[in-house]
Amino acid sequence: MTQQNRLTSGGRIDRSTPLTFTYNGKQYKGFKGDTLASAMLANGIDVVARSFKYSRPRGIVACGAEEPNAVLQLGATEATQVPNVRATQQELFNGLVSASTNGWPSVDTDVMGMIGKVGGNMMPPGFYYKTFMFPESLWDTYESMIRKAAGIGRAPRERDPDTYDSINQHCDVMIVGAGPAGLAAALTAARGGARVIIADEQNEFGGSLLNGTEKLDGKPASEWVRAVVEELSRYDDVLLLPRSTVNGYHDHNFLTIHERCTDHLADIAPVNQVRQRMHRVRAKWVVLATGAHERPLVYANNDVPGCMVAGAVSTYINRYGVVPGNELVVMTTNDYGYQAALDWADAGRKVVAIVDTREAAVGDRTEAARQRGLNIISGSAVIEVQGTKRVTGVSVAGLSASGTKVIGSVTKLKADTVATSGGWSPVIHLSCHTGSRPVWSDSVVGFLPGATVQKQLTAGGINGQYETAIALQEGFDAGQKALAEVGLAAANVVLPETEAMKVAAPMSLFHIPHLKPTSQAPKQFVDYQTDVTAAGIEIACREGFEAIEHVKRYTAMGFGTDQGKLGNINGMAVAAKALNKSIPETGTTVFRPNYTPIAFGAIIGRNCGALFEPERYTAMHKWHVQQGALFEDVGQWKRPWYFPQAGETMQQTLNRECLAVRNSVGILDASTLGKIDIQGKDAREFLGRVYSNAWAKLAVGKCRYGLMCGEDGMVFDDGVTACLGENHFVMTTTTGGAAHVYEWLEIYHQTEWPELEVYFNTVTDHWSTATITGPNSRKLLAELTDADVTNDDFRYMDWKQITVAGVPARVFRISFTGELSFEINVQANYGMHVWEKLIEAGAKYGLTPYGTETMHILRAEKGFIIAGQDTDGSVHPYDLGMGWCVSNQKPFSYIGKRGMNRSDCTRENRKQLVGLKTKDPKQVIPEGSAAVLDPKGPKPLEIQGHISSSYWSETLGHSIAMGFIKGGLDKMGETVYYPMADGTVIEAEICSPIFFDPKGERQNV
Amino acid sequence: MQKYSGFGLFKHSLTHHENWQRVWRNPTPKKKYDVIIIGGGGHGLATAYYLAKEHGITNVAVLEKGHLGGGNACRNTTIVRSNYLWDESAALYEHSMQLWEGLAQELNYNVMFSQRGVYHTCHTLQDMRSNERLVAANRLQGIDNEMVDAEQLQKEIPTMDCSKNARYPIMGASVQRRAGNARHDAVAWGYARAADALGVDLIQNCEVIDMEISDGKITGVKTKQYGVLKADRVGCVVAGNSGVLAKMAGIELPVESHPLQALVSEPIKPFLDTVVMSNHVHGYMSQSDKGDLVIGAGIDGWVGYGQRGSYGIIEHTIQAIVEMFPCTSRVRMNRQWGGIVDACPDASPIISETPIKNLFFNCGWGTGGFKGTPGSGNLFAHTLADGKPHPIAEPFSIQRFHTGALIDEHGAAGVAH
Amino acid sequence: MLHIYCPHCAEYREEDEFHCAGQAHISRPLDPEACSDEEWGEYLFFRKNPRGLHHELWVHAAGCRKFFNMTRDTQSYEIKEVYKIGEQPSVVAE
Repeated sequence: MTQQNRLTSGGRIDRSTPLTFTYNGKQYKGFKGDTLASAMLANGIDVVARSFKYSRPRGIVACGAEEPNAVLQLGATEATQVPNVRATQQELFNGLVSASTNGWPSVDTDVMGMIGKVGGNMMPPGFYYKTFMFPESLWDTYESMIRKAAGIGRAPRERDPDTYDSINQHCDVMIVGAGPAGLAAALTAARGGARVIIADEQNEFGGSLLNGTEKLDGKPASEWVRAVVEELSRYDDVLLLPRSTVNGYHDHNFLTIHERCTDHLADIAPVNQVRQRMHRVRAKWVVLATGAHERPLVYANNDVPGCMVAGAVSTYINRYGVVPGNELVVMTTNDYGYQAALDWADAGRKVVAIVDTREAAVGDRTEAARQRGLNIISGSAVIEVQGTKRVTGVSVAGLSASGTKVIGSVTKLKADTVATSGGWSPVIHLSCHTGSRPVWSDSVVGFLPGATVQKQLTAGGINGQYETAIALQEGFDAGQKALAEVGLAAANVVLPETEAMKVAAPMSLFHIPHLKPTSQAPKQFVDYQTDVTAAGIEIACREGFEAIEHVKRYTAMGFGTDQGKLGNINGMAVAAKALNKSIPETGTTVFRPNYTPIAFGAIIGRNCGALFEPERYTAMHKWHVQQGALFEDVGQWKRPWYFPQAGETMQQTLNRECLAVRNSVGILDASTLGKIDIQGKDAREFLGRVYSNAWAKLAVGKCRYGLMCGEDGMVFDDGVTACLGENHFVMTTTTGGAAHVYEWLEIYHQTEWPELEVYFNTVTDHWSTATITGPNSRKLLAELTDADVTNDDFRYMDWKQITVAGVPARVFRISFTGELSFEINVQANYGMHVWEKLIEAGAKYGLTPYGTETMHILRAEKGFIIAGQDTDGSVHPYDLGMGWCVSNQKPFSYIGKRGMNRSDCTRENRKQLVGLKTKDPKQVIPEGSAAVLDPKGPKPLEIQGHISSSYWSETLGHSIAMGFIKGGLDKMGETVYYPMADGTVIEAEICSPIFFDPKGERQNV
Repeated sequence: MQKYSGFGLFKHSLTHHENWQRVWRNPTPKKKYDVIIIGGGGHGLATAYYLAKEHGITNVAVLEKGHLGGGNACRNTTIVRSNYLWDESAALYEHSMQLWEGLAQELNYNVMFSQRGVYHTCHTLQDMRSNERLVAANRLQGIDNEMVDAEQLQKEIPTMDCSKNARYPIMGASVQRRAGNARHDAVAWGYARAADALGVDLIQNCEVIDMEISDGKITGVKTKQYGVLKADRVGCVVAGNSGVLAKMAGIELPVESHPLQALVSEPIKPFLDTVVMSNHVHGYMSQSDKGDLVIGAGIDGWVGYGQRGSYGIIEHTIQAIVEMFPCTSRVRMNRQWGGIVDACPDASPIISETPIKNLFFNCGWGTGGFKGTPGSGNLFAHTLADGKPHPIAEPFSIQRFHTGALIDEHGAAGVAH
Repeated sequence: MLHIYCPHCAEYREEDEFHCAGQAHISRPLDPEACSDEEWGEYLFFRKNPRGLHHELWVHAAGCRKFFNMTRDTQSYEIKEVYKIGEQPSVVAE
């Protein structure tokens, strides 16, 4: 294929490096330095998309982030598909594969386009709110049709093969945009010694200076750019980030920069490179030098391919050496539009006319056009375009002085390209992100950044200053101001000489009138991507959607992937005219992050897959893995769930593990329980305040179980605390609750009772804990220690500092199974050693490792609660039948005491924890099941409570369950019913939750 | 009220849509109303509609400081479900659900209520227990909800990773099939249009700056634009600003206002035909009819009225989404925003009398307000009409924070979206 | 993303390291038993929740683990000052 629109010289492309790319299955050529859009235009590709609602053919209109139409699917393989890539921002690389996203059978000949033509009139804004309602049952069908037509690109169906990264950055000055203002600011700040980051979304720095023919110091502007970039590169403290879009400006000068590291190189990132990187920047000062976007004008059929923004035409010619057509008509409300015609003429193609909506404007650019002999038609406008898949001609007519009416006759001109300029909209997006409301400026004919609490400066186009000299000066001033603010001396910078240009006043005009009223004229598009027309906005206003937010939402204006960069101001102007208000009276426009869309992968960086959240392992983890344990996630911990042997079902494993404990000895890795070391002379007093039971008399060498409640009296954690010394305790918490309990202790100490001398330290990871439990546990322990572990010397609820397997150990004789038990705590790095010694010595007793599931069964046989499973934040100790764990003798009103005495907490009929025994002993009630008194009653049935724990007990030969029943503690022996999903009902008798060894003899042996 | 229909659209297309009636009037406020509703969001507009329709009280004004439906009504992620744990909340949300069904026809406005199902994924045994409990409770409450295992889930949601390879593998899910999404703006506009047609005055750009209270009784409100407007009863329905109005009334509420963020991807071809929520990895997602993936997460932990939150929340949310849907890694996030949610300590709302006679508050819906819109309005209308709460609303009084009779939805449901 | 000066560490750190613990200066009643249900409920649940200046309790959770107070504008998110527990603010919310 030939690049028929490519100039033989000029531009910043490298003609010696041709690149091949694919669009809709066809191969084309472009050059290094092209964007996908410039390469497509070079090849004369007109139709790049079908519009969302009306399926109209659409072409490229702009050259950057503001492009609404050229939104393509990229990717050579399934895994590397990227939806919705803006061709104007995608650098060309060899082998790039792209496709248009809508249109059947193809984007060029789309059947839906016919429906759009015929049915378009039936689809005014919000038409879907007015229909698809009858019959009600058909909405699902209507909606599935709507959904099929939705979307632009598609997500890949395979996992992303690329990696992403994020990096935290800190700087004195963050400069956004590397056009004339940004570069001047960077140069100034850098020379002054500041730590600078300057980012620009394009592949090279220079901004507008690369798009035109302007001279600085009498030389092409690009030479000044090169010199500045070279100097900036020499500073150690300056970070230059091309291909990097500052996407979000958050509070306290936190910004995110999305750097595309390899998207310009290949379909998939080269080996050992990340595809994209997020820079998370905290800047002392921010300079926004983001420039401005040119506004197209709104006129009839302004979406026909070939209708473009004037500045984009210049950019394609000057930067990419591409003239996107042969016969140009320019329509402008200002001097800048003339530049496109001058550049077009310089490229040797025909300028049909410059249609200026103003009468007799005199500026340097207009004069240049006159001297070139270009056909200037003043006080007129292009009121309509002819053509379908490409512009074939335009209708030009005179305008009234205010621009609201067509006057005079209509002239038809032949043309294939229409370039329009309705003025410029400052790129204020980032300034809006932090909540600053923009303010309208009549002289700029656009919104400017509003007041802000951020340490933010602005320079150049964002301030409505479009002349290079002023942009440079404002950049310089911002740089100096930033230097002063961060305490550095002013820098010495001489700005380059510019060619001063005289500019005539622009006309404030957005919407070009037609001979017919807007509602009857051919479609005049305001927002291309969402197919919002001027007529649509008028309808919305007429229907009473008068707030600009209503207009936007009713019509979907600004809700595309370009977020209305081209259309929003025009839309506001149309609404203002319809409502007979000024633009600022109509409202304002607020932009939210992101400035341009960002891949999810880039936002999450490395924090996915295995690194989504760290996994915590105990010191014995490898052993568990070797034994084939299955694991349960508890908080971040991986805990052994059960240890299946070959051929066992889960229940068989549990039965074997449970029986081993009851009949001989089992071993549990209990290292994950939270452990908090508590010291200080008031430690004991403190414990008495945070636990519901008494601690004053706990002797050194003893352990005690405690319940922890909130100020509302509700139980939130429990555990055993051991008295290590008169002023020294170690508290255990639930595995999942450790962090919360630790903070709970600290907040009360630091804010309520700072007078208490007590210190907390989390020691969870310092210790490994092996619990051996069962009738043979003492024998096993005795084999590994010389200490006296007999019942006479080492009583239930005692702890001892002894040596186990040659290692110093804290051994707690406490029991969560009801059996004789020893919890052996050793320094974590000895954990595996001691564990292996226990396993070795335990072989003769049939020592059986067990996991959390067996632990749960064993404790449930004893009626011991698990905080978080048998509590849910709505039960106090009495509800749990644990009044024995509440001391009302304590002088201090401990946390929870007042709460559990509120009227609702002391009323009758609260849900209370009881045991449940099924009538059929083989039946295990599913956990979560809800109890009712009369399963046959009408719904909604009053729920009496739920099953919190339920298991098969191999030891007892029947099922066991714990659950809540309203007033349950007074209903022993009564029957409740649990209706199941399949319609059956499980009948159960309320009983004590202590099913096994109710007198607690086995743990005391 | 002009009737909307497909035929109407056709008819109006012949006259270039030049003759559509206004959706609502722009009335000048009267000096005195039977009831003034402060807040023209979804809940306030629904309240006005049901006051007029079910109680025949039409001398009603809705005062809105900005534009109708401009707060959380237009910022939420549009999830509608009723599978709550406790009998009280289940009754409340199911009442709302039943109003959702048929709402488009009742209002003659397509609110696009789409019962595409809502899944709560379970990633731990504790998650499974919580959801099984929820399902069992809902069964008895007469609310549809069921468990599906990972294998079945994979069939129903092909784009979700239900394998065992994830950091927190999905073990199963509960699903309420009657749950789904609705079109948020349309709900506010539909209620507004219907209320206006029944004679309710919708006053936009009217900010309440003070309350006229004497002898412990409210008699009207003072507005910035129109001075004092009298009323027999005043209802405050101003999610995100309840604290500000409470201050005018001289009372404190058990409510804190937090930023809640949400985001959308660019529109993509059909990817997810239902709603998926994970309380464990903290993210939820659906796909709009336009093709955007609509995503939300938990709230920022501090009081904030700025309609924006911290970026860290966005990062965590997207991590969760990519964890569950790995194929979204190359999909691109288009836009994020924030709303202000009034969070109650027990994650249940307040529909209540106050210490000030004739002043009522409807607030504290936290992250779950959208789904409650019809029910909230319906019950609050009852409260305003009768001067005392509807039986379903009774448990949701402010008094519960004194007695301790909280309706704590945290325990079982985690994030209560 | 807030940028927070920890008065104990004497450094600015990222919000990720901190955690807001709610309204500041809420003292636990000295004699809880003397409180009515209503008073206890107010202590537990009722909050100022202002739009504007707010005194908050924060903890440097992933840092020094110390609590401190912060005066912050809940509309602009500007932090006016931080001060230690037991100290009084110099910028006061109404």
